[in-house]
Amino acid sequence: MSSKASKFDLVISGVGGQGAILASDIIGRSAVIENYGVRAAETHGMAQRGGSVVNHVRIGCDLGSMIPLKGADCLLALEPVEALRYIDSLADDGVVIMNTEAVHPVTVTTGKAEYPDVESIVAELKKTHRVIAFNATEKAAEAGSRQAMNVVLVGAVSNFLPIKTETLLERVKEMVPPKTIDTNVKAFEMGRSMVE
Amino acid sequence: MSTREYMLGNVAIARGIVEGGGRVISGYPGTPSSEIVDTLSKMKERDFYVEWSVNEKVAMEVAAGAAMTGVRSVVTMKHVGLNVAADPLMTLSYMGVKGGMVIIVADDPGCHSSQNEQDTRIYSEFSLMPCLDPSTPQEAKDMLPYAFELSEKFELPVIFRPTTRISHGKADIELGEITEHRVQAKFEKDTSRWVMVPSNAVVRHPHLLSIQDGIREELETSPWNELTIKEDSKIGVIAAGIASVYAKEAIENLGVSASYLKIGAYPVPEGLIKKMYEQVDTVLVIEELEPIVEDRCKIIAKDMESSVKIIGKTDGTVPRVGELNVDHCVKALADVFKIGSGLPEIKEIEMELPPRPPAMCAGCSHRATYYAMKKVFGKNAVFPSDIGCYTLGIQNGTVDTTLCMGGSITVASGIYHSGEKQPICCSIGDSTFFHTGMNGLLNAVYNKANITVAILDNRITAMTGHQPNPGMGLTSTGEVTKEIDLEQLCRGLGADFVEVVDSFDVKATVEAFKRAKDYEGTSVIISKQPCIIYARRTGVKLTPFKVDHDKCVGCRMCVNLGCPAIEFDKETKKSTINAMCTGCGLCAEVCKFDAIKEVQK
Repeated sequence: MSSKASKFDLVISGVGGQGAILASDIIGRSAVIENYGVRAAETHGMAQRGGSVVNHVRIGCDLGSMIPLKGADCLLALEPVEALRYIDSLADDGVVIMNTEAVHPVTVTTGKAEYPDVESIVAELKKTHRVIAFNATEKAAEAGSRQAMNVVLVGAVSNFLPIKTETLLERVKEMVPPKTIDTNVKAFEMGRSMVE
Repeated sequence: MSTREYMLGNVAIARGIVEGGGRVISGYPGTPSSEIVDTLSKMKERDFYVEWSVNEKVAMEVAAGAAMTGVRSVVTMKHVGLNVAADPLMTLSYMGVKGGMVIIVADDPGCHSSQNEQDTRIYSEFSLMPCLDPSTPQEAKDMLPYAFELSEKFELPVIFRPTTRISHGKADIELGEITEHRVQAKFEKDTSRWVMVPSNAVVRHPHLLSIQDGIREELETSPWNELTIKEDSKIGVIAAGIASVYAKEAIENLGVSASYLKIGAYPVPEGLIKKMYEQVDTVLVIEELEPIVEDRCKIIAKDMESSVKIIGKTDGTVPRVGELNVDHCVKALADVFKIGSGLPEIKEIEMELPPRPPAMCAGCSHRATYYAMKKVFGKNAVFPSDIGCYTLGIQNGTVDTTLCMGGSITVASGIYHSGEKQPICCSIGDSTFFHTGMNGLLNAVYNKANITVAILDNRITAMTGHQPNPGMGLTSTGEVTKEIDLEQLCRGLGADFVEVVDSFDVKATVEAFKRAKDYEGTSVIISKQPCIIYARRTGVKLTPFKVDHDKCVGCRMCVNLGCPAIEFDKETKKSTINAMCTGCGLCAEVCKFDAIKEVQK
């Protein structure tokens, strides 16, 4: 059940440094342009140093920024394990949009923990939810830079947001470094075309 | 042009300071408060003075001095910083101010980035200074101009307390007008007011108490409190600060009818609380951290001999630890209304997920210093540490204690004086050393502590977002200033053994640590190398490294450094270096098989 207090609740998860904040900023600013009230929560500080990060973005909301459990309409995951880690935030009828490119935490690189097989993560998520999974990092590389992975995923989620595509694209152009505009516009469009 | 902007809470607070005519703003960085001074420092056109001070006590006194002259001032810090500044705080309330002064203290319920989750509202009760507790970033911005005026009206500083979800939340913010508060600073001599000798203090204390009723009355009708009476219900909800929006959403989600009082200012609005008691027989109090409103509500009920039942933290209905959220409020409300909460069942994830704790960055110089330190002192040595990025050395076995800012050298001294037989080597960052580490070093030298102090000098205050500090030769606004020489400073504090090393020169660092360990007395090693994130941002590029798989024997020496750029392939039993490598070369230094080399162009 998504919340009555908000028109659209989005959870964005990933790894510190992947660009989760830029992704939520593009969406948040676009929503404000379209006259929605927006509430968002971000991970800063200690948790950013390669740690797990999660942002909440509530579109059409004038209360608090924290989305109730199983309240999100969409979970946008920049990394596979970080999709599964936050699945409790997603409503039963919500959709998972996820990057399948893994980023191994230090616990895995130093052999203290195992990284599960990405296909089995997707399969596990598919047991309960609609899942749109693809390698957004490769798509971004095709568009011109692996760094544009976050914008590929913003493109993918644009199919579900109550925001006009043009509004989002304009914010992408405004908010990415000027030299990378073409790459990011391409990345957005590639992501957008990943959803039927 | 719309005046609505999508802003970070702390940016909105900075805007509120500008709208309210703040003239002198000081602070010490600390999550979640840092972006307030950062934002003000980066403004291109400024008609105010802003500084990063060396610690919160210093910052509070700078702001207090400014407010004595009649201008409006602000000091910012995180909650634990107020402990450092508690000395000026408690007497500043006697002394008061002329210009409006706002003490911004950002709390961190849930310890997202902190060593405790203390509640600043207790300092408000303790110091008898009023406190504003915003429920949204918009309210946070709007409270600032109000806070200046309130402070001037009662000639008393006002505490403003955002929490992580306000400071690091984002929202659409309706901007306001910028106040033209042009007061010419003038310090008026008045010893009865500004000199808190006992004969003056005993006069100011009753004065402080005498203005409390006036403050309470003023706040009672302020826009930060809001009462809605529901005549069809015997249940009331009182919610404070950010918990008030969670409570509101929970009431809406459950579809229950309850009278509702939102509290955004302290002392609490007694009149509104009494009005609610006339309607209801049960009150649920929802607030983050300590039961401050709840206790106040109980006292008010007792004073008016009301039989109203107060439910909250004391009986366990609302959690006292961590952050609250809508789900906590739904559960508490459902308990009080004796209905089902309708909260979804959460199934355990069957797959085991690898933990992803924060780690020192690839190429972080602290990793190199810790490697050398551990190699010389051995794993049985005692390693007291401090607060900063280097606390993440907990993964490397070189962080045995972390108490508070500046608590490394002092804890090390205490462990030494207890008679502990193991060698003791503590670590502290450059900014933390300037903050409160200096006193600890002075004390260690003076009292002959036989310890080694490693100052991990990464040339910036990194953890909180790269703020300048006295070692950089730059002020908060980027102006060039005197660069404080750490070596000279340590010698000035009495240390005779001080050596400066390049963190990435592992051999030299190891040799220096050996000499420091052998030295009888307090020895200091300053391990210097700029923060890799900041260095790369300012254009430094080093050649990355790669592993020669013909030479790699899979000994895992490099992997054990815990660098995010080094991975171990379980199948081939070889390590590889990924794209995160920044070229620090530490792994090449530790490899005994000469298998790690710079990538050839």
